[in-house]
Amino acid sequence: MTATAPATAPVTEITYREAMREAIADALRRDERVFLMGEDVGRYGGSFAVSLGLLAEFGPERIRDTPLSESAFVGAGIGAAMAGMRPIVEIMTVNFSLLALDQILNNAATLLHMSGGQVNVPLVIRMATGAGRQVAAQHSHSLEAWYAHIPGLRVIAPATVEDARGMLWTALQDPDPVLIFEHTSLYNLKGTLPADAGATGIDRAAIRRPGGDVTLIAYGGTLTKAMDAAERLAGDGIGAEVIDLRTLRPLDDATILGSVARTHRAVVIDEGWRSGSLAAEISARIAEQAFYDLDAPVQRVCSAEVPIPYARHLEEAALPQPEGIVAAARAVAG
Amino acid sequence: MSARRSRPAATAPAAAGTALPAPRRAEAAAGEPGRGGAAGGREHRRDLLRRMLLVRRFEEKCAELYSGGEIRGFVHLYIGEEAVAAGVLAALAGEDNIVSTYREHGHALVRGLPLDCVMAEMLGKQTGCSRGRGGSMHLFDVSHRFYGGNAIVGGGLPLAIGIALADKMRGRQGVTACFFGDGAVAEGEFHECMNLAALWRLPVLFCCENNFYAMGTALERAQAQTDLALRAASYGMPAWPVDGMDVLAVEEAARGAAEAVRSGAGPHFLELRTYRFRAHSMYDPELYRDKAEVERWRARDPITLLADRLMGAGEIADTDVAADDQAAVRAVEAAAEAARAAPAEPVSDLTRYVYSERPA
Repeated sequence: MTATAPATAPVTEITYREAMREAIADALRRDERVFLMGEDVGRYGGSFAVSLGLLAEFGPERIRDTPLSESAFVGAGIGAAMAGMRPIVEIMTVNFSLLALDQILNNAATLLHMSGGQVNVPLVIRMATGAGRQVAAQHSHSLEAWYAHIPGLRVIAPATVEDARGMLWTALQDPDPVLIFEHTSLYNLKGTLPADAGATGIDRAAIRRPGGDVTLIAYGGTLTKAMDAAERLAGDGIGAEVIDLRTLRPLDDATILGSVARTHRAVVIDEGWRSGSLAAEISARIAEQAFYDLDAPVQRVCSAEVPIPYARHLEEAALPQPEGIVAAARAVAG
Repeated sequence: MSARRSRPAATAPAAAGTALPAPRRAEAAAGEPGRGGAAGGREHRRDLLRRMLLVRRFEEKCAELYSGGEIRGFVHLYIGEEAVAAGVLAALAGEDNIVSTYREHGHALVRGLPLDCVMAEMLGKQTGCSRGRGGSMHLFDVSHRFYGGNAIVGGGLPLAIGIALADKMRGRQGVTACFFGDGAVAEGEFHECMNLAALWRLPVLFCCENNFYAMGTALERAQAQTDLALRAASYGMPAWPVDGMDVLAVEEAARGAAEAVRSGAGPHFLELRTYRFRAHSMYDPELYRDKAEVERWRARDPITLLADRLMGAGEIADTDVAADDQAAVRAVEAAAEAARAAPAEPVSDLTRYVYSERPA
């Protein structure tokens, strides 16, 4: 994606990692209630180097290293948010978020309702997600769908440098808990931003490439694969429209259904396992609300239902790839 | 400040009813007032009695309403443990925060949540303190800094840490009191939180209500080391056991600990040894403990203990106790009637409070 910058703002090239770092630093400067807390966010500079250098500017109170106690520090983030702070809790990866799942589900997502509207939790939790780095089964999960299942949470997945820069501030303004999933394959992604780039919305999906023949619905780490597939399909004369979901809960039905109404075909790409996936939810919504718009069954391109293996060729075979997306799109557009 | 304890392991619960060790501290924290200090007057002691009576009569009414089908779900009665809530909360101020468990009716009432609102919540009414969405296990009142009954064992501990962290970062005065049971000590989350609170010297008063049973599992059947204060002390925080049936001992210990926490001395831990006279919940047939054990503890009923003491000292007469008891019964009956008459939340509001309501 290229940003459309006003003539006055110079455009700079930036990585997704740097954009996220700028977003955190900007939030820390603008709101004294904001602080970053997590494992190795301070002296180490962040497991994925997102927070590198922030300790020097903001100090150890606001760039707060924690012990390896996911349940305690995620819960502490919830408590601090209840008491008026605006914490950004970094969980190193989604894999370790399972150690804090009770706090996220039974407290963060639930306190507002359970208290009859008294206790809101303005907390942001960031975590890296996804496979593709040959780190094997325990470090390769894509569990966004688990969290998107939970009422009370908002779940977002920035897939571009603009969104890495812009979604955090908006998430921090939300009075309720927001989970940000950052796919590890995106940290080195380069893009351009105007120097005065700021907040972006967290309500709507975005059409990243227009097309009239088939809708490819993707998010996070699968967006680049869908864009790659769309380019290949264009070579075959098939116009693929690519939707970047951006927000996984609540889903932006209007953008999805509007596109399907134009293309009459949909392929959902999801790095989660197929059974019970976000792709399943999106397919169901299309079937429920746009059945008579469809000229072909909805297709899904998901991860194979295996623990993600280490060997490169096996891992690649387990994950959605542009070739599979192209094949699925051709099957429905043919 | 660190108090390393060297006392032998706790007395086995079967004998604890009569052989509970005298409350003591391994090393005294600074600033602990003796009994009879600012809050230690005659009227204050009678107030403690009144609060315990209110809790007792409230809980008995809940059992009755449960039997009649007006209260449903899970209900965990506090009968037998009243001295803990009354004593600890007497040592706290309005600026302090409270995080509690699913056995929290007593904490809520002693903290001062309106009796009508608590009873209405038991009946699932709109006028309940959680608008009927929480029930017995989830009483909330932010205006009293009462951050809930939490029904996941240990689940409130991280919240307490976080509230205390926010207070510390904002330079706000305030102690966060966190109640939990002996069962929570077996949770990994407990140990994460002890470590984090001590590491960051957070203003938390940990109040472990050791009633010697995690539901039906006796302490010594679940814990390799049954001296719970000793385990907390291993994290470098002052920790000591307290006779949880003696409300004056509880208040004295809590006052000293709370003042130390307030002065910036970091987290403190009280192991309040107590006993629930009733079943774990309304479904519990109590197959796991014998009646003789229950009777031994009942002989140290915290209400009788205090009433006898005050009467023995000539502070009050038996007619005063009877009058306070009758007042508690009347208040509870009135609250139950009000709750019955209160409106129910309309089903059209079912999905409110899932997300914050924002101006359109």
